[in-house]
Amino acid sequence: MNKPFFSKQIAFELNKQPAHADVTPGQRLSTLLRENLGARDVKIGCDAGDCGACTVLLDGQPVCACLTAAHQVEGRSVETLAGLYRTEAKTKLLAESFQNHGAAQCGICTPGMMVSAIALLRSNDAPTEDDVKDALGGVLCRCTGYRKIIDAVVGAPAIAHDGDGRVGTSIPRVDGQCKVDGTEAFGDDVAPVGCLEIFVIRSPFPRASFTFGDLDAFKDTTGVEAILTTDDIEGRNVFGVISQFMDQPVFAEGETRFSGEAVAAIVATPEFMVTFDPMSFPVTWTEMPATQDIHDAQKQTAAQLHNGRERNVMCGGLVRCGDAQAGLSAASQTVEGRFNSGFVEHAYIEPEAGFAQIVDGRVEVHACTQAPVMDLDSLEIILKLDRSQIRIVPTAVGGGFGSKLDLSVQPYLALGALKTGKPVRICYSRAESMQSSTKRHPSDIRLKIGADAEGRITGFDFYGEFDTGAYASWGPTVANRVPVHASGPYAISNYRAEAKGIYTHNPPAGAFRGFGVPQSAIAQESLFDELAEKLDIDPLEFRIINALKNGVPTVCGQVFDQGVGITACLKALRPAWQSETAAAKVFNDKSTTVKRGVGIAAGWYGCGNTSLPNPSTIKSGVRPDGRVVLQQGAMDIGQGANTVITQIFATALGVPSDSILRIGADTDITPDAGKTSASRQTYVSGNAARLSGEALRRMILERMNVARDAELTFGDGEIVATDAEGEHRFDLSKLACDDERLVLRAEETYDPPTKPLDENGQGAPYAQFGYAAHLVVVDVDTAMGTVKPTKFVAAHDVGRAINPMMVEGQVHGGIAQGLGMALMEEYIPGRTENLHDYLIPTIGDIPPIETIIIEEPDAHGPYGAKGLGEHVLIPTAPAILNAINSATGVRITRVPATPSLVRTEIRKAQR
Amino acid sequence: MSYISPTKIDEALEVLSRGSGKIIAGGTDVYPSAQPGQHPDFYLDVTRIDGLKQISLRDDTIHFGSAVTWTDIINADLGPAFDALKAAAREVGSVQIQNAATVAGNICNASPAADGVPPLLALDASVELASHAHGARVLPLAEFLTGVRSTALRPDEMVVGLQVSVPPTNMTSAFEKLGSRRYLVISICMTAVNLTLGQDGRIADARIAVGACSAVAQRLPALEASVIGQRLEKVDIKPEFLAPLTPINDVRGTAEYRYDVVQEQCKRAIMQAASR
Repeated sequence: MNKPFFSKQIAFELNKQPAHADVTPGQRLSTLLRENLGARDVKIGCDAGDCGACTVLLDGQPVCACLTAAHQVEGRSVETLAGLYRTEAKTKLLAESFQNHGAAQCGICTPGMMVSAIALLRSNDAPTEDDVKDALGGVLCRCTGYRKIIDAVVGAPAIAHDGDGRVGTSIPRVDGQCKVDGTEAFGDDVAPVGCLEIFVIRSPFPRASFTFGDLDAFKDTTGVEAILTTDDIEGRNVFGVISQFMDQPVFAEGETRFSGEAVAAIVATPEFMVTFDPMSFPVTWTEMPATQDIHDAQKQTAAQLHNGRERNVMCGGLVRCGDAQAGLSAASQTVEGRFNSGFVEHAYIEPEAGFAQIVDGRVEVHACTQAPVMDLDSLEIILKLDRSQIRIVPTAVGGGFGSKLDLSVQPYLALGALKTGKPVRICYSRAESMQSSTKRHPSDIRLKIGADAEGRITGFDFYGEFDTGAYASWGPTVANRVPVHASGPYAISNYRAEAKGIYTHNPPAGAFRGFGVPQSAIAQESLFDELAEKLDIDPLEFRIINALKNGVPTVCGQVFDQGVGITACLKALRPAWQSETAAAKVFNDKSTTVKRGVGIAAGWYGCGNTSLPNPSTIKSGVRPDGRVVLQQGAMDIGQGANTVITQIFATALGVPSDSILRIGADTDITPDAGKTSASRQTYVSGNAARLSGEALRRMILERMNVARDAELTFGDGEIVATDAEGEHRFDLSKLACDDERLVLRAEETYDPPTKPLDENGQGAPYAQFGYAAHLVVVDVDTAMGTVKPTKFVAAHDVGRAINPMMVEGQVHGGIAQGLGMALMEEYIPGRTENLHDYLIPTIGDIPPIETIIIEEPDAHGPYGAKGLGEHVLIPTAPAILNAINSATGVRITRVPATPSLVRTEIRKAQR
Repeated sequence: MSYISPTKIDEALEVLSRGSGKIIAGGTDVYPSAQPGQHPDFYLDVTRIDGLKQISLRDDTIHFGSAVTWTDIINADLGPAFDALKAAAREVGSVQIQNAATVAGNICNASPAADGVPPLLALDASVELASHAHGARVLPLAEFLTGVRSTALRPDEMVVGLQVSVPPTNMTSAFEKLGSRRYLVISICMTAVNLTLGQDGRIADARIAVGACSAVAQRLPALEASVIGQRLEKVDIKPEFLAPLTPINDVRGTAEYRYDVVQEQCKRAIMQAASR
């Protein structure tokens, strides 16, 4: 540290314009472009060449800007997405194609994808699918499942079309243009250049005690503005997402409970940060024995992580109906098994990032989040400020999948801004994002199922333990949701399911698309195949026999008299099931080493909180000029809430969706639309938007005294209503404006009707469920153990597809994550804290996906719509495991089914 | 600290003799391995040095300058003996990495899973080294690589290039890589084979190298000896031929698994090379 830096001025061409910049030795091109030259369309996902988000063209060739020495571009040409969009017609066409295919969801990978694609399209204007895969193989996407990106680049016929955007039509994302032209601003894209930066000091051990050295002396180092510790927390040093289980400190006190836990933070200038060696921070660590296994953690001898949590059991959940043991005893056939899964990392390409500033004495936090109002709730407790003194302004979110529900950078930003009085920023490195963010819960599941000779399930006994890591986060939700869902979408009258969350010295496990249900579905759907085989019943027909139906109670005793769509999903797979199993047999008769298998699995998922209120409020109104405003605070994290909620509102009001001015989430402006979680935004916030649109329309019709079916048009300071009696005009200029410049307004709230669960888990946990069934074809190289899915058919009951293109986008993305979980993803604390040891699927891993949309309308959903976000990956992993079994006869009971594991099991079976 | 980007090799070697610097070319290993707050005295950029971006033929030897990238390899007009090297080039990271990363950097980084090493071993490649104080020397690649992240490179020395004797025109080659996903993946194991088939249909020459199954990728002499003189259908990869390998258990697979699959991989690579 403190070596003199000899910077140099270089000249090069940036986006066809001359550029000059002072470059420091070793500076990355990505830093130069983003911080010195304002090119924040170059996104940073990993700083290691593993994700490709920062791809730029250097003399026309794609390179990772994060791995390119800035000095090397001297005299050369650099092009970024924003420049390509401005200067090259080809890029504008590609951007349009991305929009018309829904190829950008969150948009964080989009610059890397599009820049790579332009390099390809310059030399090949009619690329094949394989050409596209080879060219884009270096860019990771966690949202889309890549298929729409391939379609967009090869120029397949567009899905989206112009139209009024009412419910049921595939319009492009209403917030998509900025994602395809390079102007979208994510968490690290909003801070002013040169502002103070925050670096978090983290535990190098799973469990350690620590003491600080001379912090005062360190604080006097040039460039250091402040050190943040527990002393700076005016309120309580605790946060969590469930009030009875708030147990995570902002800064650990006395002892850390997982590797990567924060103990302090430095606020300093960017110049300081360049040379700062974290080892020079005055803290002394003493490693302590850690418990990283759930079975060890429950032993009498294990260190207890939290007071009041005996044997480290955080909590449990139970659902019981009939008599599971008696049902199993009465069965004609039974199967049982034990299934395990490891931590799964969300691996969104945007690391947690944001910036904060003090404005008029209030603290403003601009960061990526799935839950702005929950962030505000937490900061209120930590900062001990009145909530009127805190503003949360979410940035665009580069993927969330559950992990950005929890606080991450927010407290450091708020504390840093309050302490220094200056703007501050932070962006996690990939390693600290992976170390400190929540994960999918590892699971250890035992399950026994019995059926009678006709194939009807007679008994079902499930017990699962889940590693919730060092802090509760959403662990209690997993413990509650799993027993409710472990049956799968089937009618089971003798049922017992118990789940427990166990504390360990591992990273906190929290919310991840499905809250434990993808894990339990692996056990249940695998054993369904085993049971069908024992009974000599076709596995698809076995599921259809047992499928839940309208009027039949769920395992919670809840009876839906409408809207149960699982039978329709399963029947939709019949043609593919029959043709693919027949084709696999023909293939396998000729092939010895590579074996083909077809697998199916189903799933269900309750939309919204489990038996708890989770209201959403949406506000709309009309401005004096006739502009319709929709204040929409439901976070769009790529899934499409902005578009879908706008379409629902527009339909309710009776106007085209492109006529609406949408105002995005901001806790100063938008009412609380709840968290983007639990597959609730289309259903719950969608309903609030519908109610708001209907109320606004009703108000206008009443004021104008026109027919209920009158057609409304807005603009030029008036509303024109056309009904059978002709045109009616409503002059808005005479109306009083409220403090939000609205002359008419309608704020409406929707909260799903649920009933509490009793001590046996009986009640009405959700107002609606969504249903799904997947089929997959895999080729297994039995000599190598590699598994290659070659085709998916996915049937999803979404009630009503508000935007069919976005439904497909969710299905594709969910399948990609389910495939990753099944075949390659396992986070090992301390070992896989990067995106080359932790593998997620690339563009080469996702085969064609046929999406079958089933619309079994739900009485509670807006226009019949059901949630979808989490349903999409629940059947994927078990379908793949069933396909591996069908190909090889081997039953894999642990995911990921890596080549090493699959081959080992095949060899065992051969012996 | 400074960033030095010489155009002459002598100047580069003189800079290196000054002390603790970091040689940089594509940056694809330099940046990921950089530790926060740790900076070398200087970066020595070798990408603008005259001649180092060239692939050239001199005296029956093909020379690859140390700034030659994997994309340069893919685009070069080399014979079928280099197909394995080209196939490996396409597996190095991604297009972005191949456009920046150099062959020389791959060997200097000395990862046990370096994709470029098995094909270079099968080509009998040598490494051209130079220093200001001691001049030039040439080391066989197998001697240059001394362990995990460890090479015979002296502190004041740099790799100037690699050289391969022009192989027989009838020599073919193949590269097999096993990973847990398509693209951007560190190999579980990999095999490169260079092969010459005789007029009689028997294998006349075979060079077989395996990577990611020992600290340094290596040739398998016993296996080579056993296949030379054999007909293809008689090729049998006996476990004892793999004795030099010392695979480990890691997140990508178990040692036992690697032993198991590398046999199949050798067989597939031989068959593939022979089919060209």
